[in-house]
Amino acid sequence: MSANGQPDNGPKEFTGPAAMGEPQPLRRAVIVGGNRIPFARSGGAYTKSSNQDMLTAALDGLIARFGLQDERIGEVAAGAVLKHSRDFNLTREAVLGSALSAETPAYDLQQACATGLETVLGLANKIKLGQIESAIAAGVDSASDAPIAVSEGLREVLLDLNRAKTLTQRLQVLSRLRPKDLAPDAPGTGEPRTGLSMGEHQALTTAQWNISRESQDELAFNSHRNLAAAYDSGFFDDLLTPYRGLAKDSNLRPDTTLEKLASLNPVFGKSLGAEATMTAGNSTPLTDGASTVLLASEEWAQSRDLPMLATVRDGEAAAVDFVHGKDGLLMAPAFAVPRLLARNGLTLDDFDFFEIHEAFAGTVLSTLAAWEDEEFGRTRLGLDSAFGTIDRSRLNVNGSSLAAGHPFAATGGRIVASLAKMLHAKGTVDGRPARGLISICAAGGQGVVAILEAA
Amino acid sequence: MTDTYTRLVSKGLGKDVAQRLGLPQPAVLRRYEPGQALVNGPVLVQGSTAGADELAATLLSWNLDVRRHAVPREKLGAIILVLDALAAPEDLEKPVLAVAFSLRDLGPSARFVTLSRPAGETGNPAGAAARQGVDGLVRSLAKELRAGATANGILLADGVTTTSPSALAALRFFLSGRSAFVDGQFLTVSTGEGTLPGDAEKPLAGKVAAVTGAARGIGAAIARTLHRDGATLILVDIPAAGDHLASVANEVHGTALQLDISREDAGKRILEHAVQRHGRLDIMVHNAGITRDKLLANMDHARWNSVLNINIAAQLRINEALLASEHFSTSPRIVSVASTSGIAGNRGQTNYAASKGGVMGMVRASAPLLAARGGSINAVAPGFIETDMTARIPFAVREVGRRLNALQQGGLPTDVAEAIAFLASDAAGGINGDILRVCGQNLVGA
Repeated sequence: MSANGQPDNGPKEFTGPAAMGEPQPLRRAVIVGGNRIPFARSGGAYTKSSNQDMLTAALDGLIARFGLQDERIGEVAAGAVLKHSRDFNLTREAVLGSALSAETPAYDLQQACATGLETVLGLANKIKLGQIESAIAAGVDSASDAPIAVSEGLREVLLDLNRAKTLTQRLQVLSRLRPKDLAPDAPGTGEPRTGLSMGEHQALTTAQWNISRESQDELAFNSHRNLAAAYDSGFFDDLLTPYRGLAKDSNLRPDTTLEKLASLNPVFGKSLGAEATMTAGNSTPLTDGASTVLLASEEWAQSRDLPMLATVRDGEAAAVDFVHGKDGLLMAPAFAVPRLLARNGLTLDDFDFFEIHEAFAGTVLSTLAAWEDEEFGRTRLGLDSAFGTIDRSRLNVNGSSLAAGHPFAATGGRIVASLAKMLHAKGTVDGRPARGLISICAAGGQGVVAILEAA
Repeated sequence: MTDTYTRLVSKGLGKDVAQRLGLPQPAVLRRYEPGQALVNGPVLVQGSTAGADELAATLLSWNLDVRRHAVPREKLGAIILVLDALAAPEDLEKPVLAVAFSLRDLGPSARFVTLSRPAGETGNPAGAAARQGVDGLVRSLAKELRAGATANGILLADGVTTTSPSALAALRFFLSGRSAFVDGQFLTVSTGEGTLPGDAEKPLAGKVAAVTGAARGIGAAIARTLHRDGATLILVDIPAAGDHLASVANEVHGTALQLDISREDAGKRILEHAVQRHGRLDIMVHNAGITRDKLLANMDHARWNSVLNINIAAQLRINEALLASEHFSTSPRIVSVASTSGIAGNRGQTNYAASKGGVMGMVRASAPLLAARGGSINAVAPGFIETDMTARIPFAVREVGRRLNALQQGGLPTDVAEAIAFLASDAAGGINGDILRVCGQNLVGA
């Protein structure tokens, strides 16, 4: 609660453009389709592939699917969470290596695991405003080809060495070097301000919301089962292009069972007082992969006889103060969704599909528990009661990150393209377009959520 | 895909050694490239009928260097022998022997083409004997010609003139480098239908074509050739081949459709894609096929069924869907890839040969259905073609397979593609229900 008694992070009444006069009618931003490469467990099929390789391959698959060769796209935005400093222009370089027109501009964006969804929202907004007619939103990550930095000590020595003018100065600088400075500095998933890994953070949240081991394993089991069924039905035939001998996500275990998942030893939360419940089976592995989404104005899509699967209705970002333990690291979507729905005059009952990114099974279940919790609804969201309950049969119906894997920045594109296809197939529900909700948590206590509707 | 032996014996010391040892001396074939002349040198048109005169006049209008009488020791690009009014076997002697001494003047990759009538269409035994005689003549001459020269024939149904659109189109095909690996074969022009293209370099301009199995090998070559000829392409292959498919699609500026053609709804999916992006489909090329070789004694249901399902059942289902659709063009063209295995048989390929024989049966039986819609359906039966598949054949077996034809070499995927592009063109509209072998006149399989 803030000083004036308002909930500080909850939904607010929408007083935007209407208060500033008549809002400009916005155009619709449609999702034409998507393409991704299969996601590979780190150290697997894509070990030797760079982010640029994978992003270029995903772009070329998209170009081939929709016949975009030599097309000048309005703008391409993509990003990677783990990024080499040499990849300062990663997206533009991938565009130049692709079959698109070399006159296609591009920019990089980075918002941890929300990168992929944020590229979709940002570009959709540009289309809605009429600034561009077409766009490709994308994301890529390689945990295998991760950048390794030199130690801070070596880095300072090298920089000073560069500035030194005489031999004496150079020798003086070099004499500061110690053996420990030669150890490389590999990236981790630890939060800079707490030192805790993402898994350990989630373990705190999982315990806080009393999420059982069984319910986490069940969510993981459903993810594998749903993803396997989606492959069998041909769902991914026009969403995915094989890469380096891989035609399916390598993390997928179609034959996994609840018993197998129950037999795994916990890996996170082992030092907490509560029972440790998070295993390698109900947490996402480090993954390599890339995904893309083709966005357009309706006019552009129609002029090229391209399909229109869904529209990007709205999006919202939120962040929580996990540093001081006020909320769990990955709980920002629990706040973003209520704000987004309030702005759009919708409730959880108005959705046909829920795509809640499975960073960990505990993340999804903690978010759902918070929404079902009356006290959380009243004190943290400023509502009269609990925010609501979702129909679990509408959750991640074609599998999610626990089965597919999670190449950080590529997850948003995977979800957006899959959901757009599902919404298009669903068509209309009770006279309104089929509607889907996307929720993605991100490092740094952030979260980005969005609403898509069948076009 | 390079035939090192052919390059080795085509010049210099290798040529000399091969000659002395009596080794096969395959020639480097003249293959079509845009802008290439139709033939290399003057064209001798032999024959005294009205059909011969009309044809010679037409060839003159193409700016060819036409001769009605041979000039001794003048190198020729082609000999065209018009035999469209044979009444009895004796009628062969004069025109045939008149060109005989000119054969030595044929240059490298020159052409010998006959125009005659199919034997089956007359109730007159002597006439039929003369007509069928041309068949034996051409097939034998094809084996006598050297240096990449080929002999082929055009059979004109009674009532079809030597200058009907498809007769001219077939003649152009046989004369050109497009038919490099077609030897000792006949094309039957059954009707006077067909429309010659406005631009001979872009005979498929404005056409929307779908090609199955387009990710690699012969399918990728078909896609490239149809694209070169002006078609807009939909490239189909199984999802697992999607990366190769995407790269071919981006090369030919087409769209990639990842689809298992053995799915029940494959025809519908191809049509939906074509209609969404282009409003219609004009050309369907059934190239996708698999082999699961085993002696029949060791054959299992899985090997048998997968081959029959993908190689023929899928084509039947897709054709049914296409013919039921109003979006399958006003002059629809279907071209299937058969195989010489389906004609001559091949040890270990009972399932494959049954499926490819099935393709040919389907093509002949579907011809009236396509004709009723103003379209056509034909098949191309490749022989030994240099692909990733044949590259895996053990060296000795591969060498034998390569040399066992009149041209003493394996064909290239592009040779099959050229034949398909020709049969898919409106110019070939008068050819329907025909099977064209692209095999360099393989010594097995007639």
